[in-house]
Formats: sequence, structure tokens, C-alpha cells
Amino acid sequence: MNAIEVRDVHKVYRRYARRKQFATLKSALLSGSVLHDLRPDAVFEALKGVSFDVTAGRTFGIIGRNGSGKSTMLKLIAGIGKPNAGSIRVAGRVSALIELGAGFHPEISGRENVYINGLMLGLSRREIAKRFDEIVHFAELEEFIDAPVKTYSSGMYMRLGFAVAINVDPDVLLVDEVLAVGDESFTHKCLDKFAEFRRRGRTVLLVTHSLDLVTRFCDEALWLDAGVARTHGDPRRVIDAYLMDVARAENDALATTGNQDPGSWIREAPEPTDSGSSIPDPALDLFKAAEGRWGSREAEITAVEMIGASGQPAHLFQSGEHVDIRLHVRANQRISDFAFGIGIFNAEGTCCYGTNTAIDGGAPGELTGEGLVIFTIDALNLVDGTYKLDVAVHRQDGVPYDYHRLLHTFRVKSPRKEVGIFRPPHRWSFSGGIRMSGL
Amino acid sequence: MLASLRTLVRYRALIQSLVARELKARYRGSALGFVWSFVNPLLLLLIYTFVFTVVMPGAHPPELEPFALFMFCGILPWTWFSSSLLESANALIAGGNLIKKVLFPAEVLPIVSVLAGLVHFCLGLPILAAFLIYYRVPLWPSDLLWFPLIVLTQLVLTIGLALFVSALTVHFRDVRDLLANLLTLWFFATPIIYPITQAPGRVQRLLNLNPFTHLAIAYQEVLFRPGPFTQVNRLIAVGLASIVVFLAGYFVFDRLRDTLAEEV
Repeated sequence: MNAIEVRDVHKVYRRYARRKQFATLKSALLSGSVLHDLRPDAVFEALKGVSFDVTAGRTFGIIGRNGSGKSTMLKLIAGIGKPNAGSIRVAGRVSALIELGAGFHPEISGRENVYINGLMLGLSRREIAKRFDEIVHFAELEEFIDAPVKTYSSGMYMRLGFAVAINVDPDVLLVDEVLAVGDESFTHKCLDKFAEFRRRGRTVLLVTHSLDLVTRFCDEALWLDAGVARTHGDPRRVIDAYLMDVARAENDALATTGNQDPGSWIREAPEPTDSGSSIPDPALDLFKAAEGRWGSREAEITAVEMIGASGQPAHLFQSGEHVDIRLHVRANQRISDFAFGIGIFNAEGTCCYGTNTAIDGGAPGELTGEGLVIFTIDALNLVDGTYKLDVAVHRQDGVPYDYHRLLHTFRVKSPRKEVGIFRPPHRWSFSGGIRMSGL
Repeated sequence: MLASLRTLVRYRALIQSLVARELKARYRGSALGFVWSFVNPLLLLLIYTFVFTVVMPGAHPPELEPFALFMFCGILPWTWFSSSLLESANALIAGGNLIKKVLFPAEVLPIVSVLAGLVHFCLGLPILAAFLIYYRVPLWPSDLLWFPLIVLTQLVLTIGLALFVSALTVHFRDVRDLLANLLTLWFFATPIIYPITQAPGRVQRLLNLNPFTHLAIAYQEVLFRPGPFTQVNRLIAVGLASIVVFLAGYFVFDRLRDTLAEEV
């Protein structure tokens, strides 16, 4: 079931033409119809036919540059404003975290503001009374709830706004870049709240510049660029396509220095489609497939081998075995900004472990010609199952040169039927009246 | 439009809270606080008394003594009317943040302005009543039943105009300035500081086209003039006109609704 269905949505904003500044009521009345003058002559198309679905219970991220239409999309889904063409269908109660505490009045107390804000968001007085303590507790404002809101710090203000909005308990939660509120611990609380939402099968739509958040939280992502849906699908892939595009744009901006050729950007998989209405397109299903390889290819991973205790390349390992992951790397030009990354995923797509040389503190020197990277795992402490590898060579900021997404599969065998993912080295011991043998 | 009206009913708790907030916030931080709601009309009454008994005595028919009280019966509802319209002209712009960021029916804002004005009007009534008693103006019991009907008629009329004005101001900011001047003209075109009988016959016919003329006369009849309420025809006419104005105002507001969030 889809919680949100967006079909070929267009949104046009009126631009203020010079003529418009002098168009007053008088001239509008004199020149004929008032309503006619409300029709814009100079327009800005914020959304140019965007379509996508969000399946109920999933967390969906929208990324893109400033001015790409992300917030407009969110407002339309929230019902603040109507699309000029196309349709939007949302199932269930919607709450939008667009601007926290938008309705707060500075002169009156936090308590009264909670009530008014809750009423605005569609709660009844009784519902607010029931949730009031929870809201105040979540906002950590027990001591100050009866003080006028104008005496609050901006963090307190935001926390209260967030607490009210999240307690509306919507079926669909729309979030526009509001997680940068409050301190570290409050951000964690917000993220925990989102996680709780997901567990309860609620749908979350996230508009953010924090790509890290999208990778960590979203099941799917959409990249909007100048009002058009560029790509849509696996978050990792959408983000990398976006990052490469940003890097290329920066590159183009630096083109005067002439030391890099924009033509060298060879992209394989994430070739953006021009049509925004991408859902019925079967070619896109292929694109949405999680596996793949992409990157600018200034450096390439030409081969990946896993070598176990046998000393030979293999795909089957015993749990706890010593394993080397070997990446054969070729640089097509001299590169000074690079990092190597490894990620291990289980069959469900859960990341079991991921790191890269930058995370581990490695500082890049130089990458030229061919080379070999060996990532040694002393004991492959995974439970029985099939696993996949992500390997990558990328810039320190994440822009990929060559990203292999789930392309390399291996199997871990274990005589024991443990459950989970990770097998920590362990032992049992007993004392007192417990006796057990065989361990 | 009917659906919009239904949503409005759903939001009545919000309207109620916003009116309370409006009143609380207005006087927060002032030393006299709510007392201002009484003091303002009182001072107004004293000024008019001074002008019409000391400065220009005898400019009015003798049967309308005390004349200041006669005027006050019209000025009090007029103040509600004009301040509500001026405030609702600003309501959507001042609440722009809300309209752009929160999904709720925007007509709540001008309606709250009008209702807050109603509360101030009601707070001014005890002052009026005190003076009526002080001057021993005879009060007809049946008039007290007509009074709420007149107030209701004015409420419907004012909300209709407020909706129209507020939506239009978003698109044409000039409405605010235009309105301020129009209201001054309107004030003098209403028999508030003069009895309608003092105007020449031709002008009287013109004045009768003004809905507030009938409201002012009704207030004067009920509160000031002795005898039972005789202006039922006027009240019915202005009542019907008010309903038409309300529906027209709501219709315009509904038509412009989708553009509000963008233009604010």
C-alpha cells in the first residue's frame, strides 16, 4: 500500500515582474478583472512533473541542491498549497515538521502555546491534555512550561515545537531539515523517535541535506534537481549519483584552471533520466536494483579477491577464519585525494560492518598507476549465511571514483546454528549449583 | 465552500483559544492590563461629553439629551466594526508564517480578529450600562431581547467583510490604507454622531443604503430611546444583507485560498 502517491506534479510560482510592482487594486479594477490580474505572467516552475510513490511504513529521503524543489514538494504533500497540475494522494493523518513552533506566540506561556499549536496541527483539546506531560517531558521543559515563550532560548523553542509536532502521532510524518535543533542528546532523542515511528509502521518523508542521515535511516531516496526527479531508489546509489553531480558542478566551476577535464566523468549506472515521471518506466526498475557499479573512474578497482586460510581466492569461509580482502586498484591519473572503503552486508541488506581508510585515520599520500590494497580480517566473526561486499575507492568527502555496490558475494559456514549477524568470540562458565557439560 | 465551512466548525476550539490568546497577549506587560478594555471606552465617552456639552452645546435636538450617551451607543459598536476590519486586513500578513508552514484554515485568522473585537465590545458594555443607569435612561425589558440579535447581525456582517478584506489585502497591500480612509468616510456616513432625522430627505435615502446605518439606529433604539423596539424592518433588512455579505466574503476568500500561502 502506498502512503503517498505523487503523480506528475507541477508547481508554478509567480515571479514578481517589474510591471507587478505598480499593479495595485486600483489599476486591477480599472483594467478589468481582479482575478485576471492574479494570474501570473512571469513564472518560475519549481516542480516540473515529479512522480513517485512512498510505500506505507518506509522512510523516504528527498535530497537535492538548494532551490531544487524539495521543500515545495514537502509543502504540497502537507497540503499547504496545491499543485498546478498533477495529483497528490496521502493516506492517513499527516504532520509536517516544516518550521518548528511556527505558531508560537511569544507573549504567552509555553503551556498555552502547546495547546494552541496542538489545535492547529489538528489535535483535540482532550488529546492534547492526554499527551501534555509527554510533550513537556520530551521537550525537557518541565521547569519553564509556564514562562512566556519569548523568554525561551532558541533551542528550547525548537524542542517544544518538535515535541508537539511529533506527538500529533501522524500516519505520515513529513520532516524538513529540522533535526539540527538542540544539542547532541536531543538530536539522538529525535532520531530515536523516528526509529520508533518506523517500528510502528508509520511512514516518514525526510527532506535533508544530511546525506549521512539518508544513508542511515532511509529505505529509499529521491534526488530532485531543478524541479525534476533525477533518480530514485537505493539511497546509497542515489546519494552517490548526487555527490558525483555536485562534484562535477564544482569541477565545471573550476574549469578555468583547466587542470581537470569534465569529460573524464564516465558514469555507468546512475545515468539520470530526463523524464521526471519515472515510476512506470521498466528501465528504471533495473536502475533501482541495489547492486551496481558507478563512479568517475579516475581510479578503478579492477579486481576483488577474498583469500582465506587456504591462501587461494575463495568465496566460502569458516566462521572465525582469517580472511584478506584484496583490492586491485588502478589509477588513471595522479590522485592525491582518495580513500578506500569496505562494507559487509548480510542477505537482508543490513550493514554488518563498514569502514574506510579515512575513518580509520589514514591520510592519503598519492595514488598512481597500479596497486594492491589488502584489508585483513583476523577472524571473520560472522554467523552462518550469505554476505555481500561493498568496496570503493572514493574522495575523502565521499564522492566515488569507483563504487562496487554489493557486487561480491561470499558465504560463511558454521557448524553451529547461531542466530544474528555477528559472532563475538565467547565462552560460558558456571558456578554455584549449575552443572553443564560439553561447553 | 460548504466543506470549508464544516472544517471551520471543526476548528472552533482553535478559534476559541486564539481569541483568548489575542486578548491575553494584548495586555501582557501593561500595568493596567485588562482594565484598559474598560478605560478606553470610558475615556472616549468623556471626550465626546466634553466636546458636545462644553465646546458645542445645542448642536443637536434637545430630546437627545444626554447627547454624549446617544453617540456612545453608536460609537461602541462602530469601534468594534472598524477595528475588526483594520485588524483583519493585517491578520493574514501578520500570520503569514502560520499560513506558509502549518496546514490550517486561514479564515480562522480574520475571524479571530473580529471575535476579539467582540470581546472588547462586550467589555465596554458595563461602562455604557453604568452611564445609562446614571442618567436614568428608561430601559424597556423587551429591548434586552433584541440587543443580542443586533449584535449577532453585526457579527455576521463584520466577519463577511473581514474575510473579503483580509484575502484581498494579501494580494493588494493598498487595501489597508484604502480601508483606513474608507472607514473614516463610512463613520460620517453613518448616523452615529448625529441623528438620521437631522439629515435632509435625499441624504437620508443615501444613508439608508449603508448597512451600518440600520445597525446604529437599532442600537440607539434599544439602548437610548425610550419605548419598545420599533425598527424590526430595518433589522430584518440588514440581517439579510449581512448574510449575503457573509456568503460573498466567504466565497471570495475560498476562491483566493490557494494563493494565500504563496502571496503572503
